[in-house]
Parts: sequence; structure tokens; C-alpha cells
Amino acid sequence: MSNNETAVIFGATSAVGQALSKIHAEQGGSLILVARDKSKLDVTAADLRTRGAPQVDCLVADLDDFDKHPNLLQEIENKSDDIAKYYFFYGTLPDQKACEASWQESQKALTTNFLSAASLLTLIANKVETESKNKADRGIIVVTSVAGDRGRQSNYIYGAAKGGLTLFLQGLRNRLHKSGCAVTTVKPGFIDTPMTSDIEKGGPLWATPEKVAGDIYKAAQKGKNEIYTPNFWMPIMLVIKNIPETIFKKLSL
Amino acid sequence: MKKYRSWAFIPAIKQKAVRPQWLGFELPTNADATKDQTSSLLPYGNGRSYGDSCLNVKGTVVDSRSLNRFIHFDENTGVLKCEAGVTFADILAVIVPKNWFLPVTPGTKFVTVGGAIANDVHGKNHHADGTFGKHVLSFELMRSNGDKLLCSAEKNADYYAATIGGLGLTGFITWAEIQLIKIESPYIKVETTAFHGLDEFYVLSESANKHHRYSVAWIDCASSGKNFARGLFMAGDHVDHTPQGKPTKAVQAEPKLSIPFNFPKLALNRYSIKAFNALYFNKNSVMSSGTSYQHYDSYFYPLDGLGDWNRIYGKQGFYQYQFVVPFSEKATMEKILNKIVESGLGSFLAVLKEFGDVDSPGLLSFPRPGICLALDFANRGEITLKLAKELDALVIKAGGAVYPAKDVRMSSQAFKAYFPKVEEFKEFIDPKFTSDFWKRVNKES
Repeated sequence: MSNNETAVIFGATSAVGQALSKIHAEQGGSLILVARDKSKLDVTAADLRTRGAPQVDCLVADLDDFDKHPNLLQEIENKSDDIAKYYFFYGTLPDQKACEASWQESQKALTTNFLSAASLLTLIANKVETESKNKADRGIIVVTSVAGDRGRQSNYIYGAAKGGLTLFLQGLRNRLHKSGCAVTTVKPGFIDTPMTSDIEKGGPLWATPEKVAGDIYKAAQKGKNEIYTPNFWMPIMLVIKNIPETIFKKLSL
Repeated sequence: MKKYRSWAFIPAIKQKAVRPQWLGFELPTNADATKDQTSSLLPYGNGRSYGDSCLNVKGTVVDSRSLNRFIHFDENTGVLKCEAGVTFADILAVIVPKNWFLPVTPGTKFVTVGGAIANDVHGKNHHADGTFGKHVLSFELMRSNGDKLLCSAEKNADYYAATIGGLGLTGFITWAEIQLIKIESPYIKVETTAFHGLDEFYVLSESANKHHRYSVAWIDCASSGKNFARGLFMAGDHVDHTPQGKPTKAVQAEPKLSIPFNFPKLALNRYSIKAFNALYFNKNSVMSSGTSYQHYDSYFYPLDGLGDWNRIYGKQGFYQYQFVVPFSEKATMEKILNKIVESGLGSFLAVLKEFGDVDSPGLLSFPRPGICLALDFANRGEITLKLAKELDALVIKAGGAVYPAKDVRMSSQAFKAYFPKVEEFKEFIDPKFTSDFWKRVNKES
């Protein structure tokens, strides 16, 4: 399924962001890449051009800087007036213990993983609403996490940020339905990326960025509401979500 | 994640690894590997080396697979520059639609560019085009002291020659620039001819190699008597236009079938292999003889269509034995084939190929003029090892060589006999780099 859509990738130098961009480029789509590090962006852009993207633009931005979001959106619009997909791949995996010890740490994690995305999504939603409803195949695709499905002592700050974002997206999906723009929530499990490099890996629960990106690309093309990736997380989380709180609070998860 | 293993599962080990994400990374060096082996390094590509040349059990491997970006592709000249972890599969996906092709490719496209250089891989066109290293215009070699050497036939030519075929021991290749070849279609015109015996093979090969870019033969290593050394010779060439009615898209971008688990020990035995060989020969000698058109994917990479095919040998793994002996040693080749048939240990994956006289650029390159045979042996422990040792003696005597990329057992004496330039090579080894293969073939015994 080739496409000639233009996609914006927030967090374009993340492992899954790169993998998704590759698929998009190989299908013939153009890209606007957003990330903090210019040299990494340039390297990524050269790769994507070679893989078949007709047009790749780079924008350097620190997405924790909310004041610059309107400007950033304007720059994106200047690059293309026909954007089909907005992908959100950026995030951090905070150290839960450090978050417990310091509110500053928690605030940082909530800012990057929830508030920053919420700010950008607000601006994008307002823009999308003013666009013609007939613009085909528009979609906003945001990576949250299975960690946002239920709070656990081992990572509830990250979980709260991603869970908050998941709820935000539910509302946004509802709101943008009449504008014909899909909102896709992506809930990955464990992905083998630099973000998780401190964790001992192994076992069948770990997925590659390429596998996850493939699932996301397909979900975006179909305008799905919500996906787990890999999809075996759906039954796992169904069980986890349904354990009564009286029992759950006693578990060491 | 998948453990770091070699393709043939021997040895079965646990391997420590680091995985840099961007060029400009630093090698994790904090001690002298010659004194402290736990800090020694070895580049790791896509794990397609069969033996222990891709492992460094006491130290760390530097996994190149996240360094998989294209840097530049000039569609007019066919010069491609990319990071070392890019695989041949990645490259083909980009270049074939633009009518370019790899100058040399081994029988799997799931190798990295770095690995292809480190093993100076060869393909079905060795007689015409030499090894892969021959087509590497330049590369950057990162040494553990932080030096980055730009290597080509002109610049740092000594490191260039040591690194091509250098088994990853001279440093970490960060990127490479290769010269592609022009094609007009993704299809290969294949001419298949059945042969009986080595004499017929030699005649076929000699005449075919004058006219065809590619040639390879499948040979039956299980049958004796009148079926001894029967086989199918396949000559191929790129065609100048896609034959009518053929799809231009790759037929197997991803393996459709995968071996989901290790086969039980008994699945492959003397009788099942014999039966397979007979079936394969009889089917193909009748049905495929003559001319056919094959997509490059099924022509060059028949086994890539079967994901994790190495599992058919079971979890005990297997040995591959690949060697070359000079043309003049036809009697030795005959003797070796006889030995393999007698042993009943040979498998159905046996490939015979003539190497031409195009010089290999690497000090430790394996290909040299002669006839090359590659085949798998199921791991039957001592019996298999004993056979390989006997074959070694014959190959050494004939002035041939065994391929390190496939090896997990050759002795240090054998290695020195096969690779006379090894002393010269040693000067270029990075002091912090080593591999299990290297330690083994340098052990005094």
C-alpha cells in the first residue's frame, strides 16, 4: 500500500519514530521530522530520502518548551499545507524512585510525557477542525503505553502521564470525529530501545521497534481508535485492568 | 531480545553486548584487552557467521544493527554510502527499483555491510567479479584509541587490505561506500544442466564461466555408485528486460514460512537426506533443465524464503564445512567427496562453485582460484569433528583453504596453512579487539 501522504513525526530520532519513518518513506510518503538534535535529524533525513521519501524536512525543537509550540506548528504548516498524519513518538522513561524522592523529577516526567503532547494536540486539533472535512485520511497517532492502563507502584508517575494522555485522546477522538480526523491511541508494551537500555531484557514480552512501528503504520492507515502492540498485550491488560483493587493493591507489580 | 548467537548454534553461549545508536559513539574501552579479556571488543553484524568468528564470549560484542542508515546514493554513478549495519536486504529494497544491483552477494541477503567486508564475502559471480571487498571503494575504520581511519585502495591501503576479510579484528567499520552494478530488470535468466560426476562439472563450469556472470552447482553428497557426484549446474545472467507476465516486485520481501522451533534430533538422518537428494535431483533434472527466468530473490536467496532455517538441524546445531582447492587438485576433490559420501554425514545443502583468478583484496580473504565446496554436517559430536579433521588434512595437502566465516573447529596449524599472510595481518589488529575464533586459531597446541 503505497502512499504519497505527508506525515509529521514528533520525536523523529526515537527508535520507533525512526522505524515508522522508514516505512512511511519506503511507501513513498514525505516527512516533516521534529526532534531536539540537529545532527541526528540530518542523518535520519538523509536515510529517509534514500529510502524513497520525495521530501524530508527537519525542524529542531525542544518540545518541553510550550511557548514555542504555536510557532512550531506554524513552521510545520509553512513546510506543507497538506498534512495527512501527525505521529507522536517522543517521551522519557523516568526513574520511579527518583520521582518519588523529588517532585521536580515527577513534574519533568509529567511535562514531557503528558503536558507537552496535550499542548501540541490542542493546537493541531484546532487546525484540523478548520480544515475541510473531505480531506482524506487524516489522522493523529499518539504513542501512550500499557503502563497507562493501571497505576502500579513500580512506575505510576510514567503511568499517570501516559494514562492521562490516553484519556485526553479519548476525548479528542470524540471531538474530532465529526471533522473526519482519526485519533489513534497506541499502547505498546516493552520495546527494545535506548529508552529501556537500563532494563534487563529477554523473554517473549519484548518487541523490536520495527515490529511496533509496523503495527502502528497499519493502524494509522486504517484509522483505528486504539491498538496494543504487539497485540498479545490486549488480553494481558484486560486481565490486569480487571483485578479488583482490594487484591491489586497487595500485589508487588 | 534474541540472544547473540552464531548461525549454526555452536557454541551455545551467552554473549555480552552493547548497541550504539548513532555514528559518533565511542567504543566502550577502559582496559587493555591483551591483559584483561573481559573488556575486549568485537563487532557484531546480523549473526550470519556460522561459527565463533562473530562471538567474543569473555568480552563484549558491539552490535552494529542500529547503525543502519543510508548516507548517500548516487543514482547516476551507482555509488552507495551507508552505515555498516545496513543489510543487503535493505540495500536491495532501495536500489533494485532504480535498476542497480549488488556487485557481489552471498547466499543470504540478511548480512550487514560491515559483516560482508569483514568476511570478504563472495557469490555466484566470483569467477567474473571477485569478492565483495573488490567493490568497496572506501570505509571508515574506528579504532579503540578513538582514531578514525578513512581506508581505500589509495588511503591507508594497509588497513584497507587488513580489514577486508579481517574478521572484525582491526577495528569497527562505521560506514562504507560501495560501487553497485547496473541492471535492467530484477530477473535472472537461468540455464540448468544436470551433470554426473566431477569431470562433467569441471567441463560445464569452465565453459559456462566464459559466458555467464553467475554460476553455481548443487551437488549430491549422499549418493554413491552411478549417482556419485551427480548434480545440477545453474548458470545465470541479468536480463535486459523483465520477461512478459512476470511481476517486477520482490516475491519474498519477508520470509513467508519460518521454522518455528528446533527440529528433533532424528528428523535429519542418512536416509532422509538420501531421499531428499534423490527427490531433488530427479525433480529438477527433468523439470528445470533448460532455460528459465527467476526473480533475483529466489535465484540468489532461496533459503531466505525459509526463516530461521538453521533450526532444522535441531538445538544441537550443525557444522558447515566450506573449502577451496586449486583446479589442479581434482583428485583431492574426488577423494573428499568420496569420504563425505562414505561417512553418510553430508546434508542436502551442498554447493559447488568455481572461483576465478580475480585477486581478493584482503590479507585474510578466503577465495582463491580453484573449486569450492560448501556443505552442512549435522552435529553428531566426535564423528563429525573427526571427519572434518580428515578433510582438513586433505585440504592442507592440496594447498587449499577453509572459510573462517563458517568455521568453529579448525586447528591453529590448519589456519596458518590456509592463510599464509597471517603474520602480516597481525600488525593491524586493534589491541582491544579479539574473537573466540581468533583466540582459538592462535592457541598453541
